[in-house]
Amino acid sequence: MEHVQKNYFQNREFSFTLKDDIYVRYQSFTTQNELEKEMQKMNPYKIDIGAIYSHRPNQHNTVKSGTFQALEKELVFDIDMTDYDDVRSCCSAADICCKCWTLMTIAIRILDRALREDFGFQHLLWVYSGRRGVHCWVCDEAARKLSVAARSAVAEYLSLVKGGEETVKKVVLTDPIHPFIRESLAVVERYFPKYALQEQDILSHRESVDKVLSLVPEDVRKELQQDFQNEKKPETRWKLLRDQATKKQATAKKGQYFEKEVMLQYCYPRLDVNVSKGVNHLLKSPFSVHPKTGRISVPINLKELDVFDPFAVPTISLICEELDRPRAGEDEEKSEESKDKENEKDAAERRKIRDYKRTSLAKYVKYFDQFLDAMARSWKGELLRKSDLQKEF
Amino acid sequence: MQFVSRQKKLLPNSQTELYGQCLQFYGQPPLENIALSEFETFAVERLKLLKTVENLGVSYVKLSEQYKKKLDQEFKNLNFPYRADADDRKSQSGPSEIEKRRKDHISHFILRLAYCQTEDLRRWFIQQEVDLFRYRFSSLSSKQKLEFLHKNNLQYDAISVEEKKALQDKLVNSSYAVSGITVEDQDFYKVPFQDALDLVRTRKVYLKAGYVYIPHQDIVTIVLNDFRTRLSKALALTARSLPAVHSDERLQPLLNHLSHAYVGQDYSIQKNVGKISLEQIDSLSGKSFPLCMRQLHQALRENHHLRHGGRMQYGLFLKGIGLSLEQALQFWRSEFIRGKVDADKFDKAYAYSIRHMFGKEGKRTDYTPYSCMKVILSNPPSQGDHHGCPFRHSDPELLKQKLQFYKVSPSGISQILELVKGMHYQLACQKYFELTHNIEDITFSLNHPNQYFVESQKVLGGGKDIKREMDTTQRLQEKSDKGSTAAREAAAAANVSQHLAEMTEELDSFFQDA
Repeated sequence: MEHVQKNYFQNREFSFTLKDDIYVRYQSFTTQNELEKEMQKMNPYKIDIGAIYSHRPNQHNTVKSGTFQALEKELVFDIDMTDYDDVRSCCSAADICCKCWTLMTIAIRILDRALREDFGFQHLLWVYSGRRGVHCWVCDEAARKLSVAARSAVAEYLSLVKGGEETVKKVVLTDPIHPFIRESLAVVERYFPKYALQEQDILSHRESVDKVLSLVPEDVRKELQQDFQNEKKPETRWKLLRDQATKKQATAKKGQYFEKEVMLQYCYPRLDVNVSKGVNHLLKSPFSVHPKTGRISVPINLKELDVFDPFAVPTISLICEELDRPRAGEDEEKSEESKDKENEKDAAERRKIRDYKRTSLAKYVKYFDQFLDAMARSWKGELLRKSDLQKEF
Repeated sequence: MQFVSRQKKLLPNSQTELYGQCLQFYGQPPLENIALSEFETFAVERLKLLKTVENLGVSYVKLSEQYKKKLDQEFKNLNFPYRADADDRKSQSGPSEIEKRRKDHISHFILRLAYCQTEDLRRWFIQQEVDLFRYRFSSLSSKQKLEFLHKNNLQYDAISVEEKKALQDKLVNSSYAVSGITVEDQDFYKVPFQDALDLVRTRKVYLKAGYVYIPHQDIVTIVLNDFRTRLSKALALTARSLPAVHSDERLQPLLNHLSHAYVGQDYSIQKNVGKISLEQIDSLSGKSFPLCMRQLHQALRENHHLRHGGRMQYGLFLKGIGLSLEQALQFWRSEFIRGKVDADKFDKAYAYSIRHMFGKEGKRTDYTPYSCMKVILSNPPSQGDHHGCPFRHSDPELLKQKLQFYKVSPSGISQILELVKGMHYQLACQKYFELTHNIEDITFSLNHPNQYFVESQKVLGGGKDIKREMDTTQRLQEKSDKGSTAAREAAAAANVSQHLAEMTEELDSFFQDA
């Protein structure tokens, strides 16, 4: 790739997590081949990608102190399902199911829209983490060059749910409601009835109802508690709550947006600002294998977002199995060549030649290639523009 | 931005173009020949202006009525361009508007050379220049502000009326401060979000496709940040090209002097020689010495010795308050003898340096006592030293203990520590003056340890003789302040030359520590 900056790959930091949790940072490679060989040799359990540095990371100890620094890194986001444990009833901790997976769908829709429409970024890659979350890699040049302060500002702009264990009410809205919040609410509202009222059942049982009502003003709470004695259907209960909110918004100046606050607290994306802030933070590499589940961290095609099933994502065993399957028509070939020659060739060698395209990874790699092509096109466009300007001189 | 050698020729018509605006971003360095004396004068006057900016910024709310009035006055006094509508055609005595703008331009770049060298200097310079810029930008009209933005390639375009209308709801809903009227009345600018991070972080602004939409009233913050960033980068670059500049022998001492420059009375002319007796020094040190000298005196008494830095700072101060050479020799000798130094050794090693201070040896230049700037910025103390400025160089905890020991009230101590935290060392000393003399607001701006002494003696009544002498000194100073520009410029230039000579002299290191 001629139009890529010189030494880009060589100055990229990788980190490996080896057996027994041994963590090795500042790995770097001069060629793809070298990377492959090292992976085969070390057999890492986890592979993370870091920043592009001023010098080769594996030589950072030889560089004068203070001069070795991170120059560029993709802007990244990490959404982890465990951060929603206080608002999902189906699972907890590392578990996920198809019911709570909707939270990831909502998160991707909201953040993708904001990063594109509000911030103007174009090259976003969403990746399934392999177990309980998703990552976003923002690869625009402008994003890669953002300072720590800028990254943290972007992450804070995107944050609405604040507070930990001790905070009951984690979302508070005041006038005026920023367009970003309105847009995000529009997404949440699309999924809320099915996700929250049906699948998560937030307004059915006493305990969950109490949790929801703890988020509304006291006077409203009392009224609703009474109303709910006569009304058991979740959808109707929710309508009653909304009606109360409409009433409040006509009169009160504070605490009147509680219905929106409830929706956001239950559904709005929760991101870890610290992951996004750091210019030298390392994040799991796409297409790596999750050590606990064996699932591959595949990119998510947003066009098929609503039908994405984390449990259908290929595992490493599946891929191996698929690779081991004989090629169509290979049997005939074998019989034609001399058996001796065939036996000389290592089984391993043959495997090397086999195509990943015959595995379930094919469609994910294709999607990834399309993503890369789009980026390459934008460089070409940039180069053309620059050379045009030069010609003008 | 490389500071190009000033040997380039003056380009015709460039002046009118370059100085077409009252305010500038100082993007381009000056490209003309300039006389050395003008070089000095311009620099010193800008320094005075920046010092005023600093003092006013602490005493008044920035951009308040009082602040603006006083700063306006200083601009007038020092002949800097301050009002955008000042017309060259209006007949006025003194320099024309173009000349003022030229001075503004050149003086800024000269000070860059002097102030790029250390982190402290850079921070101070950037802070004052940003405040100065804020004041001048805020006095431009809306139209002029827009012109300024465009002329300086700030990527801040005002959006069209149609676009404003289309975005009206979004703009109003993005910020508490923006109403429908704001949208109608004011221009809105598109600014890249990286230039407005605080607004983005708190979601106080409308963001679309990587741009934030800011009303005219808020554009100042953005512009200021831009100015600050540019200046910071420029100073870093300037520091790198310094070796080339320093190789010009005419400039090096000048620039060194500027960064330690003191632009007031220098207490070199001894007015009260012999009026103070050695027996008075102990009590005077408690009553009328600034903290730095009190500290040095105490250390001298306790250890019967002071290292070179302390001897210079304290010795010259004592000269400034009126000790004669004979008194000084007696003072130091009697103290050192109590320590490890015998009479012979003193005469051999130390007496010479004291005579040198009084101009009786070597080049026979009369040394001037150190100003606060000099004490604060040069020769920081190391282990075993007692010189320097306690507000700058003492660990705050130790400073607190010292102030407690000197019986300053707890509330006074916290006020002082606040000022120290904000790096306003001279103001901390002023506060110390107020607390130890039991007065509310001092009328002078503290710049020199000897000034502290003089003012203190005034407050305490002093001896009749001393008082009369000081009144005369005071009146002379006031007179010179009100004097004509030319006279003051000449005086300033004379001061500068004297200081220059002194600086070059001090480069001889005669004095070795025992």
